[in-house]
Formats: sequence, C-alpha cells, structure tokens
Amino acid sequence: MDLVDDIRRGEVRAIARAISLIEDLEPEAELLADSLFPHTGRALILGVTGSPGAGKSTLVDRLITLERRSGHKVAVIAIDPSSPFSGGAVLGDRLRMQEHATDPGVFIRSMASRGFLGGVAAATGDVLKVLDAAGYDTIFIETIGVGQTEVKIVELSDIVLLVLMPGMGDEIQAMKAGVMEIGDIFIINKKDMPGADKLLMEVEYVLSFKNPGEDTVTNPIVMTSATNGEGIGLLREAIAAHRTEIARSGKLEQKRRFRLERELMGVLNRKIHQLMDVHIEVSKQLPDWADTLYRRKACPYALINKQIQNFLKEGRGDRTN
Amino acid sequence: MPSKKTRILIAKPGLDGHDRGAKFIARTLRDEGYEVIYTGIRQTPEAIVQTAIQEDVDFVGLSLLSGAHNELFPRVVDLLKENGAEDIKVIGGGIIPEEDIPLLKEKGVQAVFGPGTSTEQIVEFIEHGSGR
Amino acid sequence: MPLPEELKKQKKDWEETTVRKVISRYPELKAEFVTGSDKPVERLYLPESFSVEEYLGKQGFPGRYPYTRGVQPTMYRGRLWTMRQYAGFGTAEESNQRYRFLLEQGQTGLSVAFDLPTQIGYDSDDPRAEGEVGKVGVVVDTLRDMEILFDGIPLDKISTSMTINAPAAILLAMYIAVAEKKGIGKDKLRGTIQNDILKEYIARGTYIFPPAPSMRLITDVFAYCSREVPQWNTISISGYHIREAGSDASQEVAFTLANGIEYVRAALKAGLSVDDFAGRLSFFFNAHNDLLEEVAKFRAARRIWARIMKERFNATDPKSMMLRFHTQTGGSTLTAQQPDNNIVRVAIQALAAVLGGTQSLHTNSREEALALPAEESVRLALRTQQVLAYESGVTSTVDPLAGSYCVEALTDRIELEVWQYIDRIEALGGMVPSILKGYVQKQIQEAAFRTQKDIEKGERVVVGINKFQMEEKRPENLLRVDPAIRQVQTDKLSQLKRSRNSSHVQDSLSALRQGAKQDAVNLLPLILETVREYATLGEICQVLRDEFGEHKETIVL
Repeated sequence: MDLVDDIRRGEVRAIARAISLIEDLEPEAELLADSLFPHTGRALILGVTGSPGAGKSTLVDRLITLERRSGHKVAVIAIDPSSPFSGGAVLGDRLRMQEHATDPGVFIRSMASRGFLGGVAAATGDVLKVLDAAGYDTIFIETIGVGQTEVKIVELSDIVLLVLMPGMGDEIQAMKAGVMEIGDIFIINKKDMPGADKLLMEVEYVLSFKNPGEDTVTNPIVMTSATNGEGIGLLREAIAAHRTEIARSGKLEQKRRFRLERELMGVLNRKIHQLMDVHIEVSKQLPDWADTLYRRKACPYALINKQIQNFLKEGRGDRTN
Repeated sequence: MPSKKTRILIAKPGLDGHDRGAKFIARTLRDEGYEVIYTGIRQTPEAIVQTAIQEDVDFVGLSLLSGAHNELFPRVVDLLKENGAEDIKVIGGGIIPEEDIPLLKEKGVQAVFGPGTSTEQIVEFIEHGSGR
Repeated sequence: MPLPEELKKQKKDWEETTVRKVISRYPELKAEFVTGSDKPVERLYLPESFSVEEYLGKQGFPGRYPYTRGVQPTMYRGRLWTMRQYAGFGTAEESNQRYRFLLEQGQTGLSVAFDLPTQIGYDSDDPRAEGEVGKVGVVVDTLRDMEILFDGIPLDKISTSMTINAPAAILLAMYIAVAEKKGIGKDKLRGTIQNDILKEYIARGTYIFPPAPSMRLITDVFAYCSREVPQWNTISISGYHIREAGSDASQEVAFTLANGIEYVRAALKAGLSVDDFAGRLSFFFNAHNDLLEEVAKFRAARRIWARIMKERFNATDPKSMMLRFHTQTGGSTLTAQQPDNNIVRVAIQALAAVLGGTQSLHTNSREEALALPAEESVRLALRTQQVLAYESGVTSTVDPLAGSYCVEALTDRIELEVWQYIDRIEALGGMVPSILKGYVQKQIQEAAFRTQKDIEKGERVVVGINKFQMEEKRPENLLRVDPAIRQVQTDKLSQLKRSRNSSHVQDSLSALRQGAKQDAVNLLPLILETVREYATLGEICQVLRDEFGEHKETIVL
C-alpha cells in the first residue's frame, strides 16, 4: 500500500489523509490500520486532560517547544466536541499551538468527538497508529475536558497528565467523583492565582488515599504557569522520570497490554454490532420490535434472546416475527 | 458506515483584528454540520497552508479586511500548490472591491464573498461549487 | 412622586378603547418593536414620575454632577464639537497632503490612522508586514516619518488624536520629539493617544504584550504626562470597536466603563492620585442608526461614569468625573450595496452624537464598506457635520432631547443594564480576568451572532441588503494604495539606518531593556531617548517583546 509507505516516510499529506480515512470510517480504514500496526509501539503517548479553561492547550504548546529542543518529533491530537444538533464542530484548540504550525517536526490535528463519549473520538486509537508509524516520538492527546467522561484517555495513553487550576470550585467534587483516579502526573496550572497552595494540599491529601501500599509508582505533582512558561521544565523532567519509572517497574508494559485488550474488546463489540446489523437487520427492525413491546406482545429480553438464538441456528434472525 | 465530513479551515491572514465575520462564518458552518478549524487572527500564509494540510481540510476560507488580499490570498494558493495540495479549495471574504475579484480568481482563488454575502451563498458554494 | 393613578388609568383606557379600535382594523406593522440593540420599545412613553430631588439626582444641570445633560454648562452655544476626520494612508508624504487638505476644508483637529504593521510594532521590512504597509493608515517606521507627517502643521495650534495602542508610548514620544525639533514645548501639546489596550484584547486585535506589562506602559504614560504634557489626553477608552465587533449599545458602554475602572485602578496601584490623572481620561464611542437609543446611551454613560469616579474612587475634582468623548459613526452599519445610502446613515448617526453631547466627531464616508475614502467623499462627510453645526439648530440649546419620556426611559434602561454588566465583571475579578476567561468576548459574539442571523432571516431590515435591493454598477475610482509603497518605505528605512549613529541607537535600546526589567522605572524618558536616536519602531518593540512576551488571544466560539 503506497499510503503506508508514504506515512512511514513521514509525508504530512499522507498522514493527514490517512487520519481522515480513519475518522470517516472509509472501507479501507481497517486494512490501513492493520498495515500500520506492525510499525507501532515506539511513540510515547501522553494524555492531557482537565477542565476546560485549565490551560491544557497552552501547556501542550510549551511542552512541544521543549520536546523539539531535544530533537523529538511531536504530534498532537486535540479533541473538541461535535455539536449534538448539527454534527458540526468548531475546532479551536490548535490556536494556542500555532507557532509550531510551520515546524516540519510538529504535526497537529484537531478532531471532533463525532458523538463518541469518553472525552475522545472513536477513531483516536487508530489515528494514534498513523502517527506512531509515521515516526513521531511523542504524541499528545488533548481531551475535551468535561470531567468524568474522560476515562477513555487512560486506555489510550502511556501517561495521563491531569491539569488542575485553582479557583474552580468543582475540583474537589471531581476528585471525589473519581477523576483523580485517571491522572498519573498532576499539574497545578496557573500557580500564581490565589488558592494554588490550597489546591496543592488538597491534591496531596486525596492522593494519600490513592495507592495504598502495593503500588510503588508515585504520582508527581507539578506546579506550573503555562502562560509564562514557569514550571514546564520541571514538568518535562517529571514526565521523563515517570516514564523511566513505569518502564522499570513493568507498569508501562502492563498498561500497553491492557490497552491492546481494550482495543480488541472495542473491535469485537463493533464487529458484533455490525454483524448483527447485517444479519438480523437490527436498525431496520428496531421500530417493529419496539412496536410489539409497546403493545405488550413481547418482552425485551425474551425478544432479543430469540433473535440471537435464531441467528446462531440459522445465521439469520426471525424476520417474520 | 462511512461518514465523510467536510472540513473547512477559516483563517485570518494579515494583521487586521476584525474577526467578527470570520467567527460568524465559523459558527454558522458548524451549525450547518461542517467541521470548522479556526486558528485566530494574524496567521501567516505559511502557517495557514501547513494547518490546512495537517487538518486535511477541503476548503480554506480566508477573511481579510485590511486590503492586503491581493498579496496574501494568491500567496496561500501558491503555497498550497508548492506543497502538492492544490486540491484544497481557497475561498476569500472581507472588504474586497469588486474590481479585484477577476484577478484573485485568475490567481486561483475559487470564490470571493464580499460584504453582504449570506450564509446560504457560501453553503451553496461548498456543496455545489457554484456561486460567486 | 410616582406616576399618578389617574394618568395610569387614562393610559389603560386609551389602550383599551382608542388604540384597540384602530388596531382591530389596522394592525401594527410588527408584533413587537425593538431598538437597534434588540430591546423592546413601547408604543408610548409617559412620565414615570417627577420630583425635584429625582430630577437633580438623575439629570441635574449641564456642567454639574452627574453630567447627564452634558459636561459643559453651555455646550455647543459656547463652542462646537471638534470636527476630526480619521485619516492616513500610504507614506507620511501622502498623509501629510491629506491633513493639509482637511485643515484647509475647515477641519479643526487631526486624527491619525496608522497602518497595521505600525500598530503591531513591525517595521516595513518585516516579513509580517507583507501586503499591509500603508494600507489602513500611514506607515511610521521612525521619527523621520513623523517629521514628514507633521511637516508644515502647527503642533501648538491644533490638537492631534492618534489611534495607536500597544506602541502608544512610542508614537507619543515621537510626537514630542517632532515638537521639540520645531521648538514647541511639551506643555503646549494638545491631543490624544488611544492607548487603550484592554479593548484590543476584547475587540480590535492590535495587541502586542500581555496585560500586566501593557498596563504598566499605560500607567507610565499617565504619570509622565501628568508632569510633562499636562494638556494631553493620555487615553481614549474606546467602546467604538466593541460596538463594531457586534455588541449592543448597553454592552458598548458597560465594557468601556469597566475598562475605565481597570485603568483607574492600575494608576492608583502605580501610586498616582486620582485627581492627578482622571481629568485626562477621555472616551470614544460609536454612533449607530437608532437615534433615540444612541442619544440615551451617551447620556447614560456620562451619568454612570460620574458616579463611578465620585463614589468608587472618591474623586473630588469635577474634571475627574466628567466623561468627555469622541464619536465616530458606525463603520459596521455601512453597506457596500448602494453606497450612497450611507450618506444618509451617517447623517442620522452624527445627529445622534451631537444630540448626545459629543466633544468631537468623525463622520464616515460613503464608500468605506469597500475602501479608504476618496477626497470628495471625505469632504461630503465633513460637510454633513458642518450642516448639523450651522444649519440644523440642534446646537442652540443644551441637551435638547432631555425630558422626552422615551429618551429618559431608554437612558434609565441602559444605565440599569450597564450596572449589571459591571457588577458581573467585578465578580469575575475585574476586566483582565474577564477577558482572559473570554467572558466579555462571548457576550459580544452572542450579540453579533444574533444580529447577523436576524439580518439573514430578514427580521432586521438593512436597506439595500435584505430589502429594496437593486442591480447596480460597481463603484469606480476607489482609492488604492500603491503596492509599491512597501519597497519605497523599505528603501527609505535602510537608507536611514545607514545614516544614524548606530552605537547611540544600541545604547539607547540597551538602556530601555534595562528599564523594562524594573517595574519601578518609568519607560517614557527611555523610549524618548530611543526615538531621538532614530531607533525604529520595530527595534523598540522587539526589545519590549523580548522582555515582556506576547499576548495570545482567548477564543470562545
């Protein structure tokens, strides 16, 4: 496949087009993803999550500068929500990274969530393969940033950076609700704002409950001020140290294996769905089924179980119903 | 199931800060179901072209009110060509005198939408390639 | 005294009998009437109440607190407003010609438009200046250009307004240096620099540095001018561009005054005392087509600012409480279609500014939706002001629309809305945090979006755009700036660089760099030294960029 070669040579247009094929679920996307798969596994994947306005894009912008200084090629996937009404989206995250737009060692791509929950877009996993195979050393995934739905980022990243800022009253609530569980490195951005020290104490307090004993990997907390660049060097060191640490302890491998498991589950689910749709025409029959339920002529579990049994027996559903 | 989305970059080249029109268009196109990338004011032609390529957009909409369109719009078209991306269509808007339009079109700008253009006209162009 | 019961009863009776009878046969044209800012307008306004105390508290007398009726006791009976047409394009030579033309035509003050590279601190030879040199205003790279720009113009006799913001301190320094060379002392100079960075972040976009160092430059100008250039208006706090970006009338006033509050606070924090600088603060507003609402807007703005200065900042000098303002007619109301209609729009808007008590006025020219105006169009725009001034009769009495039930009701309504916005901004921690969070931009954008949608749906009529359209010939003879100007200017610049004393230039720039590192140093004298040595605007701004960093916009869509 020419496209695969072009991607592996790092040709920007090819990379960009491949991402569109995957996002648009074109028929050739599966083969493309599989052709790229053997060439993946090199990049360090960093998830960046946190509330809107916490400064995620500016932090990524600053980290790109440092990565470039060490000669690393960097890619960014910045995800924004699609409008539930029109399906359209305004993607504006890359605004803060535009000074890297003309750097050939930096590739930035905005993605709309296209209705997928979990803070990322459905295609993100396969898009990562394109960027990994294209030779980017570090890949940032910047999530939408709306709290609890961000969990998907854990499955996709090697390290998750959770960006917090002082003065957002809901932070503590979020911690209680489990968002804190997803972070590997905690960033208190806008550290010059009032309340930063208090937030630091609160994060430390919450983290003291997080790893009761058995886990040796600690969670660094870094104070930054992304707009004027303070603390970014420290953050990068913390990322490097954390990476070394999880590689040594085996946690990185464990994470990556887990990611592959999740990916397989995802593919399986999607495939089963598609299969069912083809063979028992779920989408088409749904209104009729709902109608029999509405008229209380059938019950949900029994109806579906019957459909599945028919499918297993005959390879097709009961279309006469 | 394939679900091809049209992607559009709305960009402001040059130095003027009048982004009312660009933002209105970005938002309106979003409401029409397009994915719109908006990168703010003061973008260089180089940055616009690299952004268009990385984002794999179908259209680049340039908005400029300072009068520098005769220099900057063709520059974007040329750079796209140099980067093998001449299939990305460039359209322009802003304060553009009628008499400049033939020259801009000759230099590869596909359509120019001046003051008073309606959203419908722009959508019509995106969907069917017709219009101004 | 509230509205007497009897009058209320009479109004109800009128509505239920007289009005109803007519409406049943001849329904009104619309179910709901709104102002240009999309606020409801009643069929008929009646006096809400009247008492002497309330009159004195809300309106009072012209030249007295709260200045609702005007800042001077006699207003235009004593002196007309300054007719000041914003102008400038191409090279300093070309703009100098235009200024002389305008002064010959009876204009009474200058208003300098700079090109965008100048406004953003790039020299003409900077790659970022491609296509922009001399386009929206005159190009100024060094003191040499300023010398040419004001050649033959008596700086001690006229007042000069300069629309310059991020590098305002530098252009002011150049103006002072030009005057020095003409042998005119700083104390004789009259004029205004816009110097209003906050609205650049909000609406206009020609910012360079982040908020903190920008505010420092501004307060440095306040402090320097209060000692050295006492007749200079050190800032023109501008709602004009906020309105152009799509805000409604109340937002225009609210965000402008909230910016004003922020500047006063910054100056106080820098150690100035309020009455030392507040009298030199000036304002700049837009005038749109809704005549009555616009008049009410100006009146409300004066009343609110007086109260802010007196009650929040404990100003005691009446000058500190007076909101003096320049007005420009609304650029965004002009249409490219049927451009002659713009002449009429401009006349209505100019009337609103005069009825609203403006201190100076720019009237737009008919083809400005398409290009910079040609000389004859500018003359017509100026003549419009002259007809208002000398023929309309509205100058003969002070604040002629006061006491109109409708205008007073609109004034009260705008005041109420403005206070609500100001309170909201204060709750967010002031204007700078409100801008960085995107709150202000969001409010403006929502209003702009609604307006545009209403136009597209035909719910808001714009003559020639969505009603009364016609086929027309495209306008001819539009003014064009010669694209060769960049080369001309670049050559001029490299020639100048060869002729100046480059070690003096470097020394003055290093001194500026050192000064920039220390907050306590006033940068004006250091900047003045760099311009005297013919350091370029780009060189000076680069030093400050290195030290201060650059601002990045917050986008909310």
